Amino acid sequence: MTASPSAFIRGTGSLLAGLGVTIKAFFQPVVTSQYPRQLLDISPRFRGHVKLLASADNPEKNGCIACGICAKNCPSGSIKNVEGEKREGEKRKTATSYTLDYTTCSQCGICVESCPSDCLAFSADFNCAGYKREDFYYDLVKEFEKRKKTS
Amino acid sequence: MVESRYMTINMGPQHPATHGVLRLLLELDGEIIVKAEPHIGYLHRGIEKLSESMTYPQALTLTDRLDYTSALSNNLAYCLAVEKLLDIKIPKRAQYLRVLMAELQRIAAHLLWVATHALDLGAMTLLFYAFRERETILEILELATGARLTPSFIRIGGLASDIPATFLPRVKAFVEDFPRRVDDYETLLTENIIWKKRTTNIAPMSAEECIQYGVTGPVLRASGVCYDVRKAYPYSSYEDFDFEIPLGSHGDVYDRYLVRMKEMRQSNRIVKQAAEKLPDGPFAAVDAPLVVPPAKEEVGRDIAALIRHFKIMQEGFRPPCGEVYASIESSKGELGFYLISDGTNKPFRMRIRPPSFINLAALPKMIEGQMVADVVAAIGSIDIVLGEIDR
Repeated sequence: MTASPSAFIRGTGSLLAGLGVTIKAFFQPVVTSQYPRQLLDISPRFRGHVKLLASADNPEKNGCIACGICAKNCPSGSIKNVEGEKREGEKRKTATSYTLDYTTCSQCGICVESCPSDCLAFSADFNCAGYKREDFYYDLVKEFEKRKKTS
Repeated sequence: MVESRYMTINMGPQHPATHGVLRLLLELDGEIIVKAEPHIGYLHRGIEKLSESMTYPQALTLTDRLDYTSALSNNLAYCLAVEKLLDIKIPKRAQYLRVLMAELQRIAAHLLWVATHALDLGAMTLLFYAFRERETILEILELATGARLTPSFIRIGGLASDIPATFLPRVKAFVEDFPRRVDDYETLLTENIIWKKRTTNIAPMSAEECIQYGVTGPVLRASGVCYDVRKAYPYSSYEDFDFEIPLGSHGDVYDRYLVRMKEMRQSNRIVKQAAEKLPDGPFAAVDAPLVVPPAKEEVGRDIAALIRHFKIMQEGFRPPCGEVYASIESSKGELGFYLISDGTNKPFRMRIRPPSFINLAALPKMIEGQMVADVVAAIGSIDIVLGEIDR
């Protein structure tokens, strides 16, 4: 295939114009970040796995009343074993176990929306890793107690 | 044994240029394609069937996983279908926000497309620039929805929540900056001699052929047919916005590229208008108490709201018996949902009309008689996502 000299010049010019874009980008600020030494800001609405929040009237205990509506509503059936007990002198139940199967959870947020006592929220944990499947069966009551101790 | 003069080769399902798990059975005469046959189903998850065992709000989470490059568009199409079934009115603010998000998502999907399509054809530079802007869009969407790819943010009756205060300033900053970025992409590709040689007159489809095959979206418009659901059957207040439908003339890979580049600029215009004209008001329908759950503060205060909350969360809602079809213009073409309700809280049947599936059916027509190296260009140009082809 032969090209006319003008077509050749036009073609080369188009390639040089493209090179100009890359040269321009060379002098623009860096947009990448050096993970893990440098972390990005996480959106306040970031949806990690769910966590239990403290009860509104007693920050010492979790606010879950073990009604089980989240487990019923979960599209993937990831919430299991929602059980609670009624303690002396309290009006409502308190959850004693709450298992989240994070392997099947798709973070859609239906559980958070369906919670009538507003005690479910998304955590900002994004770097979950484990060696086996069972590592992702979270007991949220235990996780709440642990969080309470460390804070 | 009779020897065939044709050679049969498999392209995919693990080929990086097939954009997922598409398998193409190619029969070659030297380098010329005699016959091409797409084999699909490697990503089949049974979304249509699964939805029959889920309530309407639950089935929404499945739609995110159809075309995972533009999940908000899928949410929108599904919600429009259910809302048509329920016959509820969506407040203007929610409609504008839906348009804004769907158009941002369209830009993100087109950026992903141009990046990978150019990469397939050897123009690697663009990938980094396009992903830079796509990342900005995903961050903006994450700010409001909390997720990058599977937001489930557009809900039946409106939105999941209102937007945060920082959302609009960031959208406006992006919109101001974006046309300059598209100029950069176009400098890299539009006049680029290598790009033109690899795309002009490749895999052409005439307007008649496109209509015969039921092709929609940028592929159809590149052949010069002016059909866009946003203009033809406006939904979600698209009639309030001023935008053009870019058209091509030859229907080849290069024209499809041009159409999508122009579409990004038009989408940018729509986002700008939506951000400027965004009215105040509720973010979800107020006159549909059996569909939209009450606000959380109300649930704690008012016993009637608590009962309503439990009723909706436990049973969902029961639309009247009937059949509806609602479609939108997604980034790939006309995305439609056909819903049949038998009066219970679960869809009796949900049929999805995915644009990629129907556009893919035209692929053999496009590439038969072409060179084997151009198959990659043709697949890239129809912009398929296997998530919605296999469902």
